[in-house]
Amino acid sequence: MIHVIAFYLFAVMTVGSGAITILARNPVHSVLWLILAFFNAAGLMVLTGAEFIAMLLVIVYVGAVAVLFLFVVMMLDIDFAELRAGFVRYLPFGALVALVLLAEIVLGIGAYRAGSLDLGTPDGTAAAGTGLSNIEAVGALLYSRYLFLFEAAGVILLVAMVGAIVLTLRQRSGTRVQNIRKQNMRRPDEATVNVKPESGKGVQL
Amino acid sequence: MIGVEHYVVVSSILFVLGVLGIFINRKNIIVILMAIELILLAVNINFVAFSAFLQDLTGQIFAMFVLTVAAGETSVGLAILVIYFRGRGTIAVDDVNRMKG
Repeated sequence: MIHVIAFYLFAVMTVGSGAITILARNPVHSVLWLILAFFNAAGLMVLTGAEFIAMLLVIVYVGAVAVLFLFVVMMLDIDFAELRAGFVRYLPFGALVALVLLAEIVLGIGAYRAGSLDLGTPDGTAAAGTGLSNIEAVGALLYSRYLFLFEAAGVILLVAMVGAIVLTLRQRSGTRVQNIRKQNMRRPDEATVNVKPESGKGVQL
Repeated sequence: MIGVEHYVVVSSILFVLGVLGIFINRKNIIVILMAIELILLAVNINFVAFSAFLQDLTGQIFAMFVLTVAAGETSVGLAILVIYFRGRGTIAVDDVNRMKG
């Protein structure tokens, strides 16, 4: 019973906060509702027994991605009223497309429930071992069978990091930057000079 | 009892909300990126639900890779957004085709 109540709570909260995410006027509010949606989706995943992915969702999305969104939204000075200009104009077409898509998906689920579709059965090679916790089972699979895919995921993250840095790095001209090598190479005899100017004449620096 | 269909319905509603978000916030690229995150979240819920109900952990592994790609996509997308804003002073994306060249 408590399982059913928790499922409906998390499901309603996920869908509701997802809806407010796309409808909110202020993108800062959108980000905060998106965070709530991710939290509730993590709750849904905990209910199915996938604790590792749920915690990963909270850490990666709420800890990194949502903060990145918040940072960008607050850093850029954007006139959001202007960006919302076409909202009402696009709404009917968007709602139509969304309804068609939803109808197709619901039809598919209905066909599955009617028993005319076969999902296939797992071959058992990736079944969770008995007595293992979810994290242990996922780790055992990830570091053996999916090791190369796991490393490819690391490469993807590296490329994304390098790409983001290269894109946003900017070399400004006309600014004075510290040249540490030049500072360290500097010696007293070449840095200081003893002059004896004539009276009434300046010193050429 | 909660079956896999319940999870599929939740994730499909979330997916459709993401698509709707792309359509109705056509100018605001930040909300478009958030809508893409919603779509990927729906995909992840689907993966995890099927993985749990079929007793097969491959879905959870794949959900992790989806998470990885989503994080990379967001970071690169926001970086492009930042340089776009730096050059033009706005993030209205209905005239992005001027970005070429």
